[in-house]
Amino acid sequence: MSKELWKGNEAIAEAAVRAGCKYFFGYPITPQNEISEYMASRLPEVGGCFLQAESEVASINMVYGASGAGARVMTSSSSPGISLMQEGISYIAAAELPCVVVNIVRGGPGLGGIQPAQSDYFQACKGGGHGDYKLVVLAPNSVQEAVDLVQEAFDIADLYRTPVLVLGDGMIGQMMEPVEFYPIPKRELPEKNWAADGTRGKRPPNIINSLYLKAEECEIENLRRYEKYAAIQKSEVKCETYNLENAEVVCVAYGMTSRVVSNAIDTLEKAGINAGLIRPVSLWPFPSGIIAEVAALPGVKAFLTVEMSMGQMVEDVRLAVSGKKPVHFYGRTGGMVPEVSAVVNEVKRITGEEI
Amino acid sequence: MKTVFEKTKGLTDKELHYCPGCTHGIIHRLIAEALEELDVLDVAAGIAPVGCAVFAYDYFNCDMYEAAHGRAPAVATGIKRTTPDLVTFTYQGDGDLASIGAAEIVHAAGRGEKITTIFVNNAIYGMTGGQMAPTTLIGQKATTAPRGRDEEHTGMPLRMCEMLATIPKAVYVERVAMHDIKHIIQAKKAIKKAFQLQIEGKGFTFVEVLSTCPTNWGKTPVEALEWLERNMIPYFPIGNFRTVEEGK
Repeated sequence: MSKELWKGNEAIAEAAVRAGCKYFFGYPITPQNEISEYMASRLPEVGGCFLQAESEVASINMVYGASGAGARVMTSSSSPGISLMQEGISYIAAAELPCVVVNIVRGGPGLGGIQPAQSDYFQACKGGGHGDYKLVVLAPNSVQEAVDLVQEAFDIADLYRTPVLVLGDGMIGQMMEPVEFYPIPKRELPEKNWAADGTRGKRPPNIINSLYLKAEECEIENLRRYEKYAAIQKSEVKCETYNLENAEVVCVAYGMTSRVVSNAIDTLEKAGINAGLIRPVSLWPFPSGIIAEVAALPGVKAFLTVEMSMGQMVEDVRLAVSGKKPVHFYGRTGGMVPEVSAVVNEVKRITGEEI
Repeated sequence: MKTVFEKTKGLTDKELHYCPGCTHGIIHRLIAEALEELDVLDVAAGIAPVGCAVFAYDYFNCDMYEAAHGRAPAVATGIKRTTPDLVTFTYQGDGDLASIGAAEIVHAAGRGEKITTIFVNNAIYGMTGGQMAPTTLIGQKATTAPRGRDEEHTGMPLRMCEMLATIPKAVYVERVAMHDIKHIIQAKKAIKKAFQLQIEGKGFTFVEVLSTCPTNWGKTPVEALEWLERNMIPYFPIGNFRTVEEGK
């Protein structure tokens, strides 16, 4: 199949449909409305159901019910709406229900703005809701990668019985890029024998639940779930590197920011300055191992984390670098996007070049 | 020997945790009997609330879900929209449904979700220890209304049946009570009717059950039944508020 020009949000929705997602529950919020609108038109064509919920609180609980009944289901929103979903996401993680949640991040906090941002990293990766749990968090840096990751997200969700968050931003949602829809390799998935879709005279009742009033039982459940998270950390780290050979300054950036940074690296190279990039694609599990390895290289003098936030992922970079090298930060916030020249200047400041 | 009575297959053998004199156990049994008589236990899905009935998932002998506080109608929506042949019911108390879950119940009714909601109204938060509910009566004492509910300060109790009966897609809305055998038999009929209409695909069905809380009302079980009849029924009149048989 040849490449076609797709708007990010619509491509994400189509990718979900191609991954077998037949159910979508959502509530309007900019800049992700095209996902809902596309689903409203598309899902009836595949015998599925789109339903506009009364709130994000309701959407995520509809996802809870749909997933509990064994369906492939998705919801999407943008930052303030994702905040409202946190209660439900915690319940879904605890009840071990597979689903995909898309956050097309906008500037915050509060009502913030509608321009692209990466200021929901903490919420996505550090447990936005209550309790001990993790989400698998995938951060595409192009519309094509969004299409690929959304499809894979459904398989990861089903394989580990976990919610998967696809973390985009207003730019990736709104821009158009060439996309090719090709069948992604399917994983071998377990049967959903836990689903509460009616006993139908074939088995004892199934219960979808996250309540354990005895502290001992609740601890056992958490320990068991963390064994699963350990398996995810072992198998599901995704990361890309660029120009690391001979790099003196290693930049770390994800999503759209990584494209600004790779342009800056090319500009620096022309000026004779060696900089490289580590791009986490999975934000959780975080590619700490790769960052630690690179931090140990003698030629690497410093790290620079670039984000569209006041500095969130940088904390994980510092943990991974573990004091071996200095870790600098450059960010724009509130919906502002870092410029290539600004990143170039930050690297030059670190290497002691004249700006 | 001839069997004259059997426990319904709709309930498990798990021992109920409810306080002595509480009517939750009776309401559970009525629902379970209705599901059994309609022969839908193996295609039923129930959603337990947060509150006293939080463990209902252990008691009903069908597939069950535990929902977050107030969210049962949204969970039921997700189940029913993906698996339409499941006979889906929510079991919710007054704090769960009329306070924190007010939005979810109104919109499930508004969309005409083909589910059945059993709303247990005992005018108080039981599980958390007797706090004021949206259905607590004026003058009724609660731990967060120690001098009795004050109309000026906290307004009037919400009448959910009356509110939901204004919604076109709510095809069956009835209020019943648990204070004597006659009314318990009527309640059973209403619950069965609600499920019947759901199975026929008519729309959203709702049965409010006036219930007691001897523990948090500070009354004996018998006094509590009398208090229900004397105080709750005058403000929450029992009867049918809406039946749309021909609805679709």
